[in-house]
Amino acid sequence: METLIIILAGILVTVSTYLMLSKNLIRIILGMSLLTHASHLLLMAMGGFKGNVPIIGDQAGEFIDALPQALILTSIVISFGVTSFILVLAYRNYETFKIDNLDKLWGIKDE
Amino acid sequence: MNNIIVLPLVIPILTGILLVFLHRHVKTQRWISIIATILNIVISFIILQKIHVEGILKLDFGGWAAPYGITFVADSFAVLLVLTANFVTALCLIYAMFSIGEKREKLFFYPFVHLLVAGVNGSFLTGDLFNLFVCFEVMLLASYALITHGGTRIQLRESIKYIVINVLSSSLFVIAIAYLYGSIGTLNLAHLSARIAESGQTPLLTAISLLFLIVFSIKSGLLLYQWLPGSYSAPPTAIAALFGALLTKVGVYALFRTFSLLFYHEPAVTHNLIGIMAAITLIGGSIGAIAYKNIRHIVAYNVVIAIGFILIGLAVSTQSAIEGSIYYLIHDMIIKALLFLLAGTMITLTRTSRFDQVSGLIRNYPVLGWLFFIAMLSLTGIPPFSGFIGKILVGYGAVETGHFLLLALGFISSLFVLYSLLRIFMNSFWGETMISEDQEAPLKKGLIIPCLILALATIALGVGAESIATYVSDAANTLLNPDIYIDAVLNK
Repeated sequence: METLIIILAGILVTVSTYLMLSKNLIRIILGMSLLTHASHLLLMAMGGFKGNVPIIGDQAGEFIDALPQALILTSIVISFGVTSFILVLAYRNYETFKIDNLDKLWGIKDE
Repeated sequence: MNNIIVLPLVIPILTGILLVFLHRHVKTQRWISIIATILNIVISFIILQKIHVEGILKLDFGGWAAPYGITFVADSFAVLLVLTANFVTALCLIYAMFSIGEKREKLFFYPFVHLLVAGVNGSFLTGDLFNLFVCFEVMLLASYALITHGGTRIQLRESIKYIVINVLSSSLFVIAIAYLYGSIGTLNLAHLSARIAESGQTPLLTAISLLFLIVFSIKSGLLLYQWLPGSYSAPPTAIAALFGALLTKVGVYALFRTFSLLFYHEPAVTHNLIGIMAAITLIGGSIGAIAYKNIRHIVAYNVVIAIGFILIGLAVSTQSAIEGSIYYLIHDMIIKALLFLLAGTMITLTRTSRFDQVSGLIRNYPVLGWLFFIAMLSLTGIPPFSGFIGKILVGYGAVETGHFLLLALGFISSLFVLYSLLRIFMNSFWGETMISEDQEAPLKKGLIIPCLILALATIALGVGAESIATYVSDAANTLLNPDIYIDAVLNK
């Protein structure tokens, strides 16, 4: 199971790298968002999947490490906030410059 | 109980939230902002005294003992930086009140500044790696909002670059944390340090440490500084000054923390690499500083040079070099704020950011000219000012260990700093006066007083370096002897 998740994370990193290297702003944002998903999957895989629910009861034999899940939750919230912010920023950029290609954006005069 | 050490994080957050509701009342916002920041300065001073008497302070949130719960740890290094950061913030806030305009003030400027400060203070004080990530994100999210604040064309264009590069490095940060947790099984800094010392720094751990090096290098602008000059020259002066003084320094702090507390067993790999990166940063920053005619770009490249210089101390890692780096870090926060504020004031007064289009400013604004002169001398490291002591200590450390190339690059870069600023000074302040007295834009007192206080601070820090010497040497001592830190966190 861990191996599968890690391969999945690897595929996501590949896809996100491809997306981030393109010039379209929306593609870059999608790539960034996929990269955070990949890192969350990796974090989950690092916690391991062998064991039971993460509660230490009286009869708990093997239980799963709960910390990575807590970390992922925090990280998901943060990446959600950042992604929504940058989507709004991208829209605002498009409204101002009418360009979504980064290469052309750099050529614009400031004032 | 050491509840006081959480206050530098809690006060700005609560103030920020409160000010969100008061965003229409500009005057109330100003007063509350200033009072909260001064309160923070006082509190960090009290904490510093307390550390001096009782040693490292720690606070376990919710009473969960150290390796399991989230811990805040206050040692001299962290609190010195918190104190300086809040001091600089107070002055940037005063400058902002007179320069940033009511429209921006009503658009949640003050709440964002306080949230930024909360993130900065939290990053300095936390004793947990994941908590460090969260505080970094708090700081970065506030900085995303501030860099786009007002939404002018140049800000919109440059902020994309800044945000994309920072989100990328944050993802790498999570990945590095995941690998470290997978191989060590803890995220508490002290616990990590103890376990790494126990098991030895295996090649796998060294590889992970290099991932951390990349992450913090992007944040601090070590070698990977290409995003920095553009984005730091886009926002309004007060915000740019805050960024130049605080943001990169948090990355530098994280580098010092991780490579002196966690990954200090393989200096042949990690510390040498930091040395090489610092050298390239110094060269690149120096070239950038003399390549532009735009004052904002020159000032931003000066930030890059300082980062390279501070990290020479980490690459060398002797007692005197680390002490020098800490001195220089404090000095740099103050002087970069001053430099950004002065450059911004010049641009506001002359309405151009190219230094070759103005001349003779010293006739019109003598105080501004003299302040610029002081800032220039202090940045170069001329004795009565604060840059001197840091430079001499770092240089001493480099000589002790035989890092002569780094030493040479560090001091040659000072000449480039001097040259780049002297060019501005001689072109803009000397020469024939271009602005006649009736055309001359008035220089508001509110703009020059923060600069004056910062200049006084750099003189005071230079002349009275002895007064903070005990704190600095204690900070360096803790950085070089991780056992003190581990003992304070795990065995109290």
